[in-house]
This record gives sequence, C-alpha cells and structure tokens, in this order.
Amino acid sequence: MLLRLPRTMLLGSRLYSSIARLAPPRQQSRSYSASVDSSVEPIRGLDLGVAHSKLLLRTVASMRNNAELQAQGVSEGDSKKMNMCQAINDAMRHTLATDDTAVVFGEDVAFGGVFRCSVGLAEEFGNERIFNTPLTEQGIAGFAIGMAAMGHTAVAEIQFADYIFPAFDQIVNEAAKYRYRSGNEFNVGGLTIRAPCAAVGHGGHYHSQSPEAFFAHVPGLKVVVPRSPIQAKGLLLAAIRDPNPTLFFEPKILYRSAAEQVPTDDYVLPLSKAEVVRTGKDVTVVGYGAQMYALENAVQMIERDMPGVTCELIDLRTILPYDADTVAESVNKTGRLVVAHEAPRTQGFAAELAAEIQERCFLRLESPIERVCGLFVPHPLVFERFYMPCAVRSYEAIRRSLSY
Amino acid sequence: MLILNAMDQILYEAQRQGRISFYMTSFGEEAIIGSAAALDPKDQVFGQYREAGVLLQRGFTLEQFMNQCYSNEKDLGKGRQMPIHYGSKELHFQTISSPLATQIPQAAGAAYAMRREGSKQCAICYFGEGAASEGDFHAGLNMAATIGCPVIFYCRNNGYAISTPSIEQYRGDGIASRGIGYGIDTIRVDGNDIWAIYSATKAARQIAVEQNKPVLIEAMTYRVSHHSTSDDSSAYRSTKEVEDWSKRDNPISRMRAWLIGKDWWTKGEDAEITKAAKADVLRAFAAAEALKRPAIRHMFEDVYDQLPPELEREKAEIEALIKKYPDYYQVNEFGR
Repeated sequence: MLLRLPRTMLLGSRLYSSIARLAPPRQQSRSYSASVDSSVEPIRGLDLGVAHSKLLLRTVASMRNNAELQAQGVSEGDSKKMNMCQAINDAMRHTLATDDTAVVFGEDVAFGGVFRCSVGLAEEFGNERIFNTPLTEQGIAGFAIGMAAMGHTAVAEIQFADYIFPAFDQIVNEAAKYRYRSGNEFNVGGLTIRAPCAAVGHGGHYHSQSPEAFFAHVPGLKVVVPRSPIQAKGLLLAAIRDPNPTLFFEPKILYRSAAEQVPTDDYVLPLSKAEVVRTGKDVTVVGYGAQMYALENAVQMIERDMPGVTCELIDLRTILPYDADTVAESVNKTGRLVVAHEAPRTQGFAAELAAEIQERCFLRLESPIERVCGLFVPHPLVFERFYMPCAVRSYEAIRRSLSY
Repeated sequence: MLILNAMDQILYEAQRQGRISFYMTSFGEEAIIGSAAALDPKDQVFGQYREAGVLLQRGFTLEQFMNQCYSNEKDLGKGRQMPIHYGSKELHFQTISSPLATQIPQAAGAAYAMRREGSKQCAICYFGEGAASEGDFHAGLNMAATIGCPVIFYCRNNGYAISTPSIEQYRGDGIASRGIGYGIDTIRVDGNDIWAIYSATKAARQIAVEQNKPVLIEAMTYRVSHHSTSDDSSAYRSTKEVEDWSKRDNPISRMRAWLIGKDWWTKGEDAEITKAAKADVLRAFAAAEALKRPAIRHMFEDVYDQLPPELEREKAEIEALIKKYPDYYQVNEFGR
C-alpha cells in the first residue's frame, strides 16, 4: 500500500528546497535582532546590553548585598534564578496567596499569557480567580475599576501597552478620579493594570510603544517601570498593594533577557523612590526600564574615553509621582543632567523632569539639560536602530553635556 | 414620587435664580423608584445621572441632596463635582460621574466581586438609550455575560439624548434587542408603570443572584424634563408633544388613578403631601444655602490616599497666595 503523505508536507518540502536555492540574504546581520556588532567604533571592545550588564544581581552574593532587599529582610533568605517574566509571575503568585480578593484577568491570561507571565496561576488558584476576558481593553479597565470599587484587588493585564488607549477614558476619567470625586466615599486603590511596553527589536508601531507620558499627566494615578527581575517583583507587589490605582509598564524585551537571583520570599520595593545604581561626580544620567542598559553602556564609553570623569546613573523606577528630590540632590552635586527614554522626545517624560530640575537647580547647572529620546516618528520597524536612544546616541549626549 | 417631583421643581428654579450652578430633573421618569424598591438595600447602584429617585428611595435625605447641589461643607463629595453627582457609601450608591456609560463595565466588575464574596447581592446599572451607543455598553454587557456577573442592566429609554431622538440613536429594535445578541435574558417594560418596573426588577434580581448572570431591562418612558438646566428642549421638540405625554402617560398620575381605583386614595389627598414635601424641601434648601463652602484644604486631599510632595508644595503656594489676596479669592466663603 502506498504511504500517502499529506499534501501540505509535500508542498512544504517543495517550498523549502526553493528557498534553499535562493542567494543568501543581502545583509549578513540579522536585521531584526536587538544586538549590534561590538567590533565597530565607538563601541569597539565593549560588551553591550543587558546580557553583560553589571546592574543585574546575577549572583547570590550580589543579591545579598542589596540594601533595599536587606531592609526588607529577604536578602538572607532563599533565592532563585528568575527572568523578569518569572519574577512577575512570582509577584502575582504571592498576591493571590496572601489576598483572597485578588484576581488576575485580561486577554489570554488563563493559559499562561502571550508572554507567559501568568503561567501556572490558573492551575494553582482556579479559573474563578485567573480568567480570560473578551477582547475589550475598555471593558477590562472598567471591570477592574468596578471590582476595586468593591474593595477587591484587581490585577488587570492589557496585552500590549500599545492597546491601552481604548482604556484611556476609564483610566483617566474614572480610575484616577474615583477617590477624589466621591469625597473619599469610594476608591479604586485595589486596581493595578499591567502591560508589556517598549521596543523589542521587531515590534514596529504597535508592539513597541512606551505610553508612560500620557498617564504621567493625570493626578490620581501611579505609573511604574521596572528595569530587572528583582525590581519587577518588588515594585509590582508594591504597586498591587498601594492604595491607589497603578499602571505597571513592563519592558517586554527584558522578560527573557534579564535574569537575576530573585528572593523567593514576599517583598516590596518603594514606590516614588528613584535608585542611584552607580555613583559619580560629573554628570547625572537618568532613565528607566530597558533604557538603563543603553545608559550603562554609554556611561562605560564615557568613562573609557574621558578618564577621570564619573557619571551618576539613576533609575527613576516610578514615573508618577516621581522622586525629583533624588535627581535634584544628584544634579546639585554634578551640575549636569541627561535624561533618556524610548518614548518620543516632544512632550515625553524627560521634558517634565528637565523643567522641574531646571527650576530647582538653575544656578547649579553647568550645561543645558540633555534629552535623549525616541525620535518624533511612530516607532518604525526597519529603522528602529536610528529611532532608539541607543548607547551611542546617549554617549554623544553625555559628551555634549560634559563639553559644554 | 411626589417628594422627588417637589424637590426637582424647587431645585430647577434655584438654578434659574443662580443659586446653584446646574441641575437635572426626573420629570416623567419618577417610576424608577419602583426598581430601587425591588432591590436589597446592600445591592450596589451604578447610576448615570437621572436616578435621584433611586437615591431618595434608599434614604438620601433632602439635606444631603441640597448639600451636594450647593457644594457646601456638608457635601459628602466635598464640593469637587457639579450638582447632581451624588454618591453615598452608606447607601451603596456609587458616586455619579459625567462620562456616559463608563459605569456599565464597572457594574459588571462590582457584581463579579459580589459573586466572589458569596454575598447574594447584585449590582444594578442605570443608563439611557443614548449611553447605550457607547463602546462601554458593548464591553460591559459582553463581559457580564461571558464571565457571569450578577448585574441588572437597566436602560431608561426616555426617547431623547439631549436633542437626539431615539430614531437617530439606533435603527434596531431598541436596546432590548441587543441583550439577545449578548446571550442575556432581557425584558422590555412600561417605564411609567411603577408596578411593572418593580416586578421586572424583582424577577431580574432573582435570576442575577441565583444564576450569577446578567439581566437586561429596557424601561420605555418619556423625558418630560429638558435634558438639564443647560437645555431648552423647545428648540427641538414641540411643547405640545411634552404636554400630551405628560397628560396621557405620566407615572404619578397613573399611580394616583390606580390608587383611587382601589379606593386607597382620594382626589386631592396628594395636595397635602406635595405641600408638606415642598415645605421640607424649602427648609433643607435654606439650611444648605446658609452653609459655607468646604475648607480649601479639601482641594488637595483624596487625589491619592496621602498627599504626595508635589501637592504639599502646591498647597503651600496656594496658602501663601490666599493669605496675600484674601478678598480676591473670597476666602470667607470657605470653611476652615
């Protein structure tokens, strides 16, 4: 009897051999990879990106040394190597285990989520607590507000920050104003909305946005952006437990690429408190999220090319309400400020920080405040390397600030 | 219904005289009180803006209504919102907000919370046929149906959304036909028959709490009122149309006729009630008008659970400013 192969298999193999006969692709580099060839100027010899970052606490020893984890009493406890998506999963697990009113919902969260941040939760806590919603961001946000108005803890997921805009009315007009407009008769402190954000190398217009600036303009909201697994777990737990509606934007490129020794215990990190991740005396460099790794490389390039110069690198962590005091204290020491973020420059968050620091530190400033940001174009696909405030652009801006 | 009617008449006049900034009446839609009566007092109410009758039935006092409309220091809302944006935690009535239909998915979520608590309570969500065109209506009903939320969606189809008549609002068979599309048990009732509303709401409540699913009620009524004090509806409909409706199909006259038919009421008996209601309203009104506005510090509180540093700074700036220019800012009108 003849073995009948399925038609699709035959077609597939024909296609495969056709492709194999084509000439090799024009560009040798993988066009949509996030990595850059480190044999070229000005990054020659440097190990770039999150894979080589010294900001990550990869060893148990480095984790134990962290002052904030020590203050929380978890630095001496158990830890486990987790990437950022596992750390976020762990934070949600702790939430569900300690708060009976907590639920997690959004599109596709039940099977584990498109980024696997909710893997295992439905199996452990049941599908009355971890459930899929229909495809409606305005519905997800409104539903979450209603649950929180009843005093429950609603952890809602928006699948990509790019799709948060249908929920803008609910977030800005309802969630943000809920306590104030009711004279504190009601509040939605139990509301947390999580969304993957920022560039991922191949996301284009609608899988790469950083919308924090839209929400940073709204009294009543909190906005948080973590840079690493340890940060994400602690900040997310803090955001969920904070008695105000909070948006938690997770740089998606870090989900798998950033891994640390994360304490397995329950802990929170402080909201509205920036972290000085590297001390220096000559210039203050501020960023948040995945941008921290580009800035780390820029600082390494500066300190290599301008011996004796040291840069103070600050992770803002909470965008609203933000810790202007830590930044002002640093600028009063260094006299120079560079702010960087992936979101477009015009009306981006750096504009707010620049205006505030200019007001507080005017006489101390030695040079104009530099902003290194995404270009004022919709986040482009094939041009992303030009759009991004990459290490080289950030390096150039810090140089300008130091050479003014 | 008579008390609501009396309060509406007086507060509408108050706005016309410039004593309060804004008002919305419920003329012709007083039968909504029937829906409130069919609920448990702990059922959560999410309203739109024309549900003062529900709040009255729950026990909101005339003083509380006036205090909110006057934005005085006794307003539960602390003077932050326009008149008629009532709310009461004690009476389980969520504070009204101006954006339309936002309450619909919220009511679904609140109902889900109650389902999780096993409290056998439900949520009721009121909205007009105009608000039902918003995306939030679609989102809220669909979510309530798929997730299984004990919520009653109550549509007040009163024929107008400001100047837009229902023929320009939808082309299908009202709002009730949409419920079927979402897989939701639906009923259309005579929105001017207080007993029909009461029965329908009672039945809906039972379905909602026993089966943990939503029910849609479309109550057909007529907006005798102008949309609000900012509207003069003679610009888009004839006064004859309004008068005809008022005479032919009015919840208060229908109730009166029904009671008289049962020999439980006599003609002219409500004149006394109306007179007493008006006196009560005027008394509460005078008291509310005499009070000061809320203390200025209430402008800064409740944005967050605690004042962030930014607001502490702004508060200090404003305090310095009003110290320098007390007459310009008319600080004597505000409490301490």
